[in-house]
Amino acid sequence: MDIGKFLQYIASGTAYTLGVVCVALPAGLIFGVIFAIIFVYGGKLLGRFMQFYSTVMRGIPPIVLLFILYFIMSGNINLSPFWAGSISLGIISSAYQMEIVRGAIQSVSGGQMMAARAIGMSKMQAIRYIILPQTLRLAIPPWSNEAAIVIKDSSLVYALGVPEILRRAQLISASTQQPFLAYITAAVIYFLLVFITNRLLDRLENRLRIPSNP
Amino acid sequence: MTNTILTVKNLTKKYGRNIVFENISLNVNEGDTIVIIGPSGTGKSTLLRCINLLTKPDAGQIWLDEQEITAKDTDEDQVRQHIGMVFQNFLLFNHLTALENVKLGLLRVKKLDKDAAEAKAMQELERVGLSDRANHYPGQLSGGQQQRVAIARALAMDPRVMLFDEPTSALDPELIGEVLEVMRNLALSGMTMLVVTHEMGFAREVADRIVFMEKGSIVEEGSPDELFYRPKFERTREFLWKITELYGKKEKEA
Repeated sequence: MDIGKFLQYIASGTAYTLGVVCVALPAGLIFGVIFAIIFVYGGKLLGRFMQFYSTVMRGIPPIVLLFILYFIMSGNINLSPFWAGSISLGIISSAYQMEIVRGAIQSVSGGQMMAARAIGMSKMQAIRYIILPQTLRLAIPPWSNEAAIVIKDSSLVYALGVPEILRRAQLISASTQQPFLAYITAAVIYFLLVFITNRLLDRLENRLRIPSNP
Repeated sequence: MTNTILTVKNLTKKYGRNIVFENISLNVNEGDTIVIIGPSGTGKSTLLRCINLLTKPDAGQIWLDEQEITAKDTDEDQVRQHIGMVFQNFLLFNHLTALENVKLGLLRVKKLDKDAAEAKAMQELERVGLSDRANHYPGQLSGGQQQRVAIARALAMDPRVMLFDEPTSALDPELIGEVLEVMRNLALSGMTMLVVTHEMGFAREVADRIVFMEKGSIVEEGSPDELFYRPKFERTREFLWKITELYGKKEKEA
């Protein structure tokens, strides 16, 4: 097998990797934000439930959760490994993203919420127009870190047989007896994905920065 | 006969066993400026927060324009539209420009259309002398300017009464004057105001009535002249002159 084809075989798994990330990360964000809002503003009982959810999710290795969620999902609804894996990673990430957003909300809230209520805004309006716009800006740096983790954790779906980067590296390493080259190629691709994503988020952070005098 | 805008009757607030204030009663007539003074920790700020329902009182009643706002079926968001509040630490919305800060309530609460909201917001910024700072973010404004924007934001809702919670306490001495100037003009224009402050110069000049609070109750209230020169209690005289001396120095420096 020539080297070009070798590399191309692994690299073509990038589409699957990106696919998993593009499902898991936004799903985790949407649920993370909703859960964080429920945690902070939803009252004692719901808050405790979210706390429990987050503690459990973050206390179990992602690969174990992935298997559990996968077997729940594939057993009950006939989901493909790709979708089951992506959604599972999204659920796992939602717990981490909830913690990120919760911290940001708690550092913004208080005074800003009071000022919004003082001009007659409802709680929901205050969250929508005052709290979230500031929270999400604050959350970008830690969120960038979570994005890196999700990109790397997307490799876990290889265990479900999704032909993403790691899975392909494993297959071609077995068939060509070139494990070193195969895994180095995978490592380089993952690194580039993480690196580019973090740089893009740095840019976003700078662009959205609220102007102020030093 | 002047109109009573705000009536507070036997208002009590506790946190657990700790009584913040107890049995506070207060009458505010239309156009009055009432200054509340007293040592820190006597519940002045909490009283203001109770009046616009940001904090729930434990007992007592409040009427705004003869409507009881402490009643169970009150729409609190509706009530707060009619009570403007200015905070010690400004609390401008940090991600919005001065103009957007003033405009937001008009758009989202009063549901004005874009052009009307913009025009009204600009007018309010002019009123506090900051139309040239309309597109600045709070982080680009001085403390005094931020507080004036906060006043404009509250005024934009056309409140029946304005509450000021130590509006100049967080400001450098040289910035206090511009905020007091705006408040003075506001009082002269007939706005009903309830002001918690240590600025005795402002109180003597502008207040119709000074209320002296200590340890959770009203010790004495009356016109500035009465309280400064003919107080019923020695404690009132002592506090007033001590504060005047302390803050008077700052005023002169400024």
